[in-house]
Order: sequence, then C-alpha cells, then structure tokens
Amino acid sequence: MIRAENLTKYYGTVKAVENLNMEVPDGTILGFLGPNGAGKTTTMRMLTGYTTPTKGRAIIEGLDILKEPLRAKKLIGYLPEIPPLYPELKVSSFLNFVAEVKGLHGKRKKQEVERVISQAGLEKVALRRIRNLSKGYRQRVGIAQALLGEPKVLILDEPTIGLDPKEIVDIRNLIKSLGGERTIVLSTHILQEVTSVCDSIAIINEGRLIEFGKIEEVQEKYGSASLEEIYISAISRGGEA
Amino acid sequence: MRNMWAIAKKELKIYFSSPTAYIVISLFLLLAGFMYYVIISNFSLLSIRAGNNPYFSSHLSLNQSVYIPFFSNAAVVLLLLLPILTMRLFAEEKRQRTEELLFTLPLTNTQIIIGKYLAAVVVLIIMLVATAPYVFYPFFITKPELAPVLTGYLGLFLLGASFISFGLFASSLTENQIVAAVFSFAILLLLWLIYWLTYVTSFMGGFLRFISFFGHFDNLSKGVVDTADLAYYVSFTLVGLFLTYAVLEVRRWWR
Repeated sequence: MIRAENLTKYYGTVKAVENLNMEVPDGTILGFLGPNGAGKTTTMRMLTGYTTPTKGRAIIEGLDILKEPLRAKKLIGYLPEIPPLYPELKVSSFLNFVAEVKGLHGKRKKQEVERVISQAGLEKVALRRIRNLSKGYRQRVGIAQALLGEPKVLILDEPTIGLDPKEIVDIRNLIKSLGGERTIVLSTHILQEVTSVCDSIAIINEGRLIEFGKIEEVQEKYGSASLEEIYISAISRGGEA
Repeated sequence: MRNMWAIAKKELKIYFSSPTAYIVISLFLLLAGFMYYVIISNFSLLSIRAGNNPYFSSHLSLNQSVYIPFFSNAAVVLLLLLPILTMRLFAEEKRQRTEELLFTLPLTNTQIIIGKYLAAVVVLIIMLVATAPYVFYPFFITKPELAPVLTGYLGLFLLGASFISFGLFASSLTENQIVAAVFSFAILLLLWLIYWLTYVTSFMGGFLRFISFFGHFDNLSKGVVDTADLAYYVSFTLVGLFLTYAVLEVRRWWR
C-alpha cells in the first residue's frame, strides 16, 4: 500500500504539489494523469524518496520513506521520467549493479537478472553497451531495472514513452500481468493506456489532487462519461480552484 | 560493505570502459617517467664526474638526489591529473540524471560516497604501483636506503587520497565536469602553496604551514614519518568526505 499524507512541495515560492492525500490499496494499478507541469513527477519523486517534501509524509507498505529510507526503498521499483542509465556500461553489468544494490547476490542475482531480461525482452542486447541502444531499448532497460528484486511497489513515470506500437502493447501486458500482487502507480498522457491497464485513476492539476478512485466509481460520478470527458472537465475545474 | 563495493565496482567499470582511466594512468606514467629519466640521467652524469673525487663521491646519495626530487615532482603530476579522475563522480550522475536511480536505491549517502572514493583510490594505487619497476630498478645495481622510498610512496598515496576526497567534494557541487576539475585543481594548488604567505607575514604562520600540503609531503619523502603528517592527511580526507556528505544532504531538499 502507498499512502501520501498532505504531501507538499515548494521550490522556493513556486508551488509544485500541495496537500496531496491519497491511499493506493494493495494490488491497485493506478493511472496518474494530469497536464505537463501539474506535479506528477514531483509527487512520484516524493513517493520514492528522491525529493524531500516541504511538508507531509510518503508511506510505503507502512514505512515512512524519510524515517526508514533503506527498508522502504527496498520495496520500491522506480522508473524515472528519463531512464537512469550509465551509457558506458553493458546492459547486463548495469542490471547486475542494480541487483547487487537491491541485496541480491550469487545465484539469486543471476536468476533475477535473467528473469527481468526476458520480461523486458532484452535478450538480444544484454551484452551491448547502453550507449549504443535505441530509445525503445533504453526505456526497456529502465523498466527491467525497476522490476529487479520483485518489489511490492512499482512507480513508473511514463513507462511507454518512446516505444513503438508493438513494444507499447508488450509493456502494457507486462504491467497488467504484474498487477494483483503488486501496487503500481504509472503516469501517462495516453488515456487509452489507462483504460487498458489501470483499475484506478488519480487526476492532478496545478499541484492538487482533483479526482481519485476506481475508474468505474469516478465514471459513475460523472454520469458514465468517457475518460477523456472526465479528464477535460476535471482539469478545467481544477484550474479555477 | 557489499553496497560500497557494488558502487566502487560500477565506477571502476565506467572508468575502464571510457578513456578516462587509461588517459589519466598513461599520462601519469609518461610525465613521471620523463621526470625520473631526467633526474636519474643527471645523477649518473654526476657520479661519473665524481669518480676521481673521493670526497665528492662519498657525498653522492641516490636518495637525496633522485628519490626526493622524483617524489615531489610526481606529487605535482598527481595534483594535475587526479581532478580529472574525480570530476565525473557526482557531476556526471547529475547530468545523466542517473542520480535519480542512485538516490532511490536502498543505499545510504555514506555508502555512495565511500564507494566512489574507493574506486578513484584503486586507480591511484594502479598509477603508483606502475611506477615501481623503474623506481626500484636501482636497487638491483646499488644499495640506496629502502625506508625513504617506501615512505615516499606512502606520502604520494596519502597526498593522492586527499586530492581524491577533495575532488569528490568539488564534483558534488556541480553538474559540469570541467567546473569540478578546475575548481578542485585551483583550490588544491592554493592549499599547496598557501605557506608562501609565511614569507610576507608572520600572521598565523604556524597554522598556514600546517594546512599547506607542502611541508607534510616533504617529511615523508625524506623518510621522516611524523604522526602529525599522517593525521593531517587523514583529517584532510575526512573533511573532504564530510563536505561531500553535507552537500548531498542539503541537495536532497532542492531537487
């Protein structure tokens, strides 16, 4: 379970996120929506402990990310907006490095690295240097890295960006298959992705959470409107607030 | 411990899969080798001339005329090259946005800092060990004193380790590698030469001499092991690592 309590982030006097409260139950796949600059990335960075909130707390599986960072971070797989890759390293050495830091060693490490390589479809490029990979492959290495160690919580910032249509379908199916046992938060601009992968949505605008809940429940509230209509209406309403 | 080593291993892999480590190591060997060649050739010319002057030849010492000048020249080369080695350590993580991974993995800042520090120290050790064949070669021909040569190496190592710790700090301040290298080079040079002030003023003379690299290294290259010098290098290194830690902690609030 992921819980955000009054999460607030100011950069100087600029407000990025304000009093964000939400509780994402176990096994949820949450689609995190909002215009560019609405605070999606900042929120995800606070949930993963990269950014320290100005106010409020982020709690992962009952652990406060600031008070027990090591135990909480062990439970999170995180794909940032820009996949964090060392261009000089080979795909396999990069994944081995992340696996070691996540506490996997020996045979377990080998099995885990092999598992994520096949899940993300990286067999062909495992021994290539990351510098020489296409954008789609880089994105997939970023996803593979997040899956290492079977974390209970996955936080994915625009996971399908830069992928070709076939890759998008593969990654969506992968994310879907991971749901149920894991809690997943993924941000995206593609509403179709939310309908096909997620069971819940959160809409954020100008740093405030505007809608949050199971997709059907939110749709009911708007009189069974389509996701697109809900998004537009929520954003324009949020803009006035 | 394992996590520190994982970081160090990653940094070493990057060092040796990009030109950085090869360039730093080979340029160090080129410059140090050149200096050694000139110094020892000069020494052999001197000894030939001294051949028919027993008084002069009894005062010729390999330690005095070769090893001491060699070690202080090699120290200058380290000052020049180690900032190149350390400049990428944090700056590049920032520029490539890999720090978003580094700081969300289950790692403490201390593990990250020590891991990166160790990687650069390993390269420093390779640099120093690679000079051993020619530095120890005269031991097959004649009998110089061994102890001052070993303390000279100890001095180079401690000096280099201090440079690395300061370079790591410089790298944590910026995402521009060039800025990191120039900053650490300039400040280290200033710290080296700050004892010059004692020529023009008596104000805080003892303190200035103490914080300057110069005197501490001199003692070791002459074979004098003083705990004050060792404490100086150890504290300098710890201060550098601590400053890096402080920068990482403060930056957490700003990203």
